[in-house]
Amino acid sequence: MASVSLGGIEKSYGDVAVIHGVDIEIADGEFVALVGPSGCGKSTLLRLIAGLEPITAGEMRIDGERVNEKGAAERGLAMVFQSYALYPHMSVRKNISFGLENQRLPREEIARRVARAASTLRLEDYLERKPRALSGGQRQRVAIGRAIVRDPKVLLFDEPLSNLDAELRVATRREIAALHAEIGGTMIYVTHDQVEAMTLADRIVVLRAGRVEQAGAPLELYNRPANLFVAGFIGSPKMNLLPAKAVAANAAATSLALGGDVLRDLPLAAPGIAAGADVVVGVRPEHVRIVAPGRGDFDGSIAFSERLGAGGFAYVDVEGAPQVTVQEDGQAIRPRGARVGLALAREGLHLFDPAGPALARSAAGA
Amino acid sequence: MNKALAFALRRRGRGWHWTDVLTYAYLSFGVLLMFGPVLWLALSSFKTPAALAEFPPTLLPWAPQTVTLPGDTARYPLVTAKGADGATVTMALKRRIGLVAILVDPKDPSKALHVPADSTRPVRRLRLAFENYVDPLKSFDFPRYLWNSVFVTLVATLITLLINSMAAYALAIYEFKGRGLVTLLVMASLMAPITIILVPAYLVVNELGLVNSLWGVILPGAATPTGVFLLRQYMLTMPRDLVEAARMDLASEWRIYWRIVMPLSAPALAVLAIFSVMWRWNDFLWPLVTLTTSDHFTLQLALNSFQGELQVRWNYLLAMTVVTLLPVAIVFAFLQRFIASGIATTGMK
Amino acid sequence: MAGDRKRGGTGAVADALDGAWTAAMGLTEPPMRALQRAIGAARMPWAFLAPNLAFFGLFVFLPLLIDVWFSLTGGPRLFPSQRPYVGADQYRHLLACGNYLDPSTCDQDRFWRAVRNTAEFTLFQVGAIVVVSLATAIALNRRIVAKGFFRAVFFFPVLLSPVVVALVWKWILQRDGLLNAVLGAAGFGKTLFFVSPGWAMFWAIFVSVWAHMGFYTLILLAGLQAIPADLYEAAEMDRTPPWRAFARITLPLLAPSLLVVAVLALIKAVQIFDEVFVLTGGGPGSATLMVVQYIYETGFSGVVQDFGLAAAASVALGVALFGLTLAQLRLSRGKEGAT
Repeated sequence: MASVSLGGIEKSYGDVAVIHGVDIEIADGEFVALVGPSGCGKSTLLRLIAGLEPITAGEMRIDGERVNEKGAAERGLAMVFQSYALYPHMSVRKNISFGLENQRLPREEIARRVARAASTLRLEDYLERKPRALSGGQRQRVAIGRAIVRDPKVLLFDEPLSNLDAELRVATRREIAALHAEIGGTMIYVTHDQVEAMTLADRIVVLRAGRVEQAGAPLELYNRPANLFVAGFIGSPKMNLLPAKAVAANAAATSLALGGDVLRDLPLAAPGIAAGADVVVGVRPEHVRIVAPGRGDFDGSIAFSERLGAGGFAYVDVEGAPQVTVQEDGQAIRPRGARVGLALAREGLHLFDPAGPALARSAAGA
Repeated sequence: MNKALAFALRRRGRGWHWTDVLTYAYLSFGVLLMFGPVLWLALSSFKTPAALAEFPPTLLPWAPQTVTLPGDTARYPLVTAKGADGATVTMALKRRIGLVAILVDPKDPSKALHVPADSTRPVRRLRLAFENYVDPLKSFDFPRYLWNSVFVTLVATLITLLINSMAAYALAIYEFKGRGLVTLLVMASLMAPITIILVPAYLVVNELGLVNSLWGVILPGAATPTGVFLLRQYMLTMPRDLVEAARMDLASEWRIYWRIVMPLSAPALAVLAIFSVMWRWNDFLWPLVTLTTSDHFTLQLALNSFQGELQVRWNYLLAMTVVTLLPVAIVFAFLQRFIASGIATTGMK
Repeated sequence: MAGDRKRGGTGAVADALDGAWTAAMGLTEPPMRALQRAIGAARMPWAFLAPNLAFFGLFVFLPLLIDVWFSLTGGPRLFPSQRPYVGADQYRHLLACGNYLDPSTCDQDRFWRAVRNTAEFTLFQVGAIVVVSLATAIALNRRIVAKGFFRAVFFFPVLLSPVVVALVWKWILQRDGLLNAVLGAAGFGKTLFFVSPGWAMFWAIFVSVWAHMGFYTLILLAGLQAIPADLYEAAEMDRTPPWRAFARITLPLLAPSLLVVAVLALIKAVQIFDEVFVLTGGGPGSATLMVVQYIYETGFSGVVQDFGLAAAASVALGVALFGLTLAQLRLSRGKEGAT
């Protein structure tokens, strides 16, 4: 197992730059998820790490050793492909042992390692089958088996769950988590699904348009999004992002005009904001409460509500602001169009510059 | 049977239209015209020289029957003739003197009969003259021609498969500077069939010391543009992930080619193999130019040189022709559908 | 492995093949791996291309260049540097003619006879191929029983070698052959087909059409099958007579395939050699002498081997072929553009 260090990594295809200077340090044994919307460059970054594509600029090190010039076959990494990329003409056993044979390991060693990987992934009964005779979940496990059998320095996953159905996806997610707990290797995991990233990773790197937006532990990203993009990307349902105007601000509190209402003395320390400046208030659904009309920070009317049994969500139209999502406990049914008041929990507020960066957040949540 | 035929030929909804009659008439005539000549050749190849010389020819290989007479090792033809009593007798034709034939009873040669020669009819029976096939194996260099053809066909096909698939792999899997130029070059070589570079190609083979050697026949045609394109097209449809997965699995580029791409290209390789076997087995002009002495002849050259002799021994020539077309017929019988769809999709022959 | 053994005979064959394949891998991989280490993976495509390109260079591109040089030089020597430069003399010699319609007034009367014969052969052979292949493809595309059998019957001569094809027909057309027997039964006398110039050319064309029509039939059949059936159903609903449907639907939609067939057949016909050479030997006299046979005889089998003249004729043929191939590329590209 090994550490991976990316320093100022850039990648362009001809004139088109897709990765603009990415720096990431990945510690030995860490599970890092690269997330971002499609086209953000996360898969390209993974392929650069894998050595499947040459790096345009910057330096990449594995265990401190520069590997820019090394091809995929020389870096000692393993990868689970989105399509699994199982060799269709080889049995499961051959698929798993192919990489070991390429290393010219002794026959007994190969057999021993294949048996171990097969038992880890419960593939013993399928070893003589061809990939086409396997189910999607089994293929997925073979792809993982092929990757782990070589004890690679780093295990790379490229959207490994995207071809599975929802139920299998949850189950396989758990297996990958268990696998990491068991073999404890360095893993880099690309996904567009922030839930996968939150549940699996020690650390998440959020990418957008070839740049790192924020990197950190899952809860840190959740609680302290560094900018509007991360705030909107991490968390489900999404954080409510409400445009507002600064009325007054000092080192202890901020007053904001939101829609037709003014919210006074919010516990947001943003001394640099001029009165009248545009800002965005972020508040997660669990930090909004429905109260009687006129009793909250502002009023709105119920657009619709979803009851999930143990709780639910209400979607509230607010004049002069985007629809607000509210997370509720219990089973109360909200009739459509009912007037309600919305109270924002003072400990769950985030303040952003409309251009992106976070300006302030209330004390709680860290 | 008639019911089955009627069932097979039933027209859905409508009755027989005159165009249907015309279609079947045309197709039946086609069967006769396409298949008849080859069948005729095959039937003729089993006739004895005497039967081949008959005019008008018989359909089946009838051979005159012969017998031995007691105390004599020679064989005499068996004939029928009208005896003195008007009854038809079957006897051996001992000798002809002028217009008179002397017939004897095979069991009792002392019983002789003199009849006009033109009243005798040879007794014939169906006999396949396998000696047409066996004799060339013994007395001519036929096994050598056969071996030369087999050698050229197999070795050339193997080389073609190997180097064409290597080139196709390079053009399909890699992105590198110069790929477009190489593709263009391969395409350009389509424009230079052997007929227009006959003299200089001979010069090159001559300088390499390969004139009158089977290698001089094999090597010049080994790199085929059609083969490269056929395989490249097929490899392009292969998922790139497989190649990348193999790279992640520490495979060398040669190993990826050999263990991943080649096995997965098997259908396209099979098509090319069939075409290559056909091209090489049937090749004529280039071997005609390069192979100068008969001990290096392929079957096609041998057939050509036999048919050009002053006294064409048709019985042997026909048998050798059948042997020459047999492999093609067998390949065709098993792979007809495969070949036809290969031609329809690639447009090559 | 127990699982393998259960698969039985075919499994054993597959295993043997797999074993041979792996063994060949074991032999070839070490040098190639060393090569990859020496030149780097990025240059490996050139290593894969090298053998094929070497063959192309040695046996196609180099000969093309030498071809032109040969045609500009004279003398009996084969090695290019030993041949004296003569400029356009070979071409002048080849093309000089008192009256182009009368080969006997030409310097190289056999060349011009060959050109005329090839033109005649090409004209009739291509015409016949288009007509016969179209008729056969239409017949095979109808709702008929034993379609596969009929298709196979028309197709199989394509696979026969030209020598075999020629011998099959030579045996039928010879003096005491089957055809003369059939004609005799119908009251005709024996005809010596290879002694009469007209008959020899007729049979050269006939045999060549017989041998190759199956290939073009397949192309046209594929073209016919690509025409959507609902067009005919719509025509039927409109009570369109069949001949009108043929003229207004089949022919226009098949036109691209017909053009491809015509051009492919043309390219092949111009290069005709083997069947005719074996069938008639170019005779009687030079009645069926074709251009490629002229090149072969001038360069190789003649009493005097004149490589320069043969090369000049080759270059002339190459120019004609180049034009035809360009036409074919344009046509096939036009076809792709239309679909």
